Amino acid sequence: MNNAHDGLRVRRHLLRGGVATLTVAGITALLGSRDVALAQKRGANAAQDAGLLNAAIALEHEGIAAYTIAAGSGLLQPAVVKIGVAFRGHHQRHRDELVRAVTALGARPAAARSDGEYATALNAGALKNQTDVLRLALRLERGAANAYLGLIPSLSTAEQHQLAARMAGDEAFHAAILGNALGDPIPADGLMFGA
Amino acid sequence: MRLVTYGIAAVGLAAAVLTSGASAQSPAGGDAARGEQLYQSRCGACHSLDANRVGPRHRGVVGRRVASVSGYRYSAALQARAFVWDEPRLDQWLENPTALVPGTAMGVRVPKAQDRADIIAYLRDQRVAASP
Repeated sequence: MNNAHDGLRVRRHLLRGGVATLTVAGITALLGSRDVALAQKRGANAAQDAGLLNAAIALEHEGIAAYTIAAGSGLLQPAVVKIGVAFRGHHQRHRDELVRAVTALGARPAAARSDGEYATALNAGALKNQTDVLRLALRLERGAANAYLGLIPSLSTAEQHQLAARMAGDEAFHAAILGNALGDPIPADGLMFGA
Repeated sequence: MRLVTYGIAAVGLAAAVLTSGASAQSPAGGDAARGEQLYQSRCGACHSLDANRVGPRHRGVVGRRVASVSGYRYSAALQARAFVWDEPRLDQWLENPTALVPGTAMGVRVPKAQDRADIIAYLRDQRVAASP
């Protein structure tokens, strides 16, 4: 009886030990597969984010070209050219920040096209005077502010959210200056971007 | 150069052979006039009706096969799809493009259903002129 009881105890002990061993092994395997899954998800997020940010780089390339084309158009007063050159500098800063972010994600930043291609795509030949140029710039800047705000939910990290929001702020600033230069009325309602 | 992979494809409104076509709901009736304003303000940073820019040109997008605009370099994710941009697909795309086509370079979302419906109503009216 004692022997039988001891045997049962031993078997229970072994079983417990085995279960414990299996559990440790199972947990290790589970953790390993979870790590793999997390790594895969991080990789997918990085690739997705890089694609989205590369599109933003393409947007900034176009903005930089637009101000370059405008500055050389002969349609703008010198004071307006000066403002446009300052705005172009802001877009160059955006581009540089985005290039840094895309590179950090392990992707290749989007390359710029030629100014001639941008001029064609923007139909720059139709611009006849300073007001036309300012209207185009306002449309692009307003659109860019909205684009960055609309992009935020698709990006996966807080750093990227903040970067997009900061750039949206710059674009909104540009739009405000341009709207003022054109004599546009101040919008009656708040929350004028992003919706 | 190349508009590279980022086809912010935006408009590209492409759509993917989504998993559940059954869940696709037609958007509510849209106001094309309001849609034009929204198109300019929400899509105009990257898209035009008749020029490939950051995203592909949009004229004729409703009813167009995905990733089929000539001269525009789409993301691999969109190129791998095979569907037509009908209105429900466009609605899904504008609501959350990366959910519809993971890997797309188009990330701008239009969260309000009525806004999407209005934009789609406007795009529906922007047809490619018929050949003589």
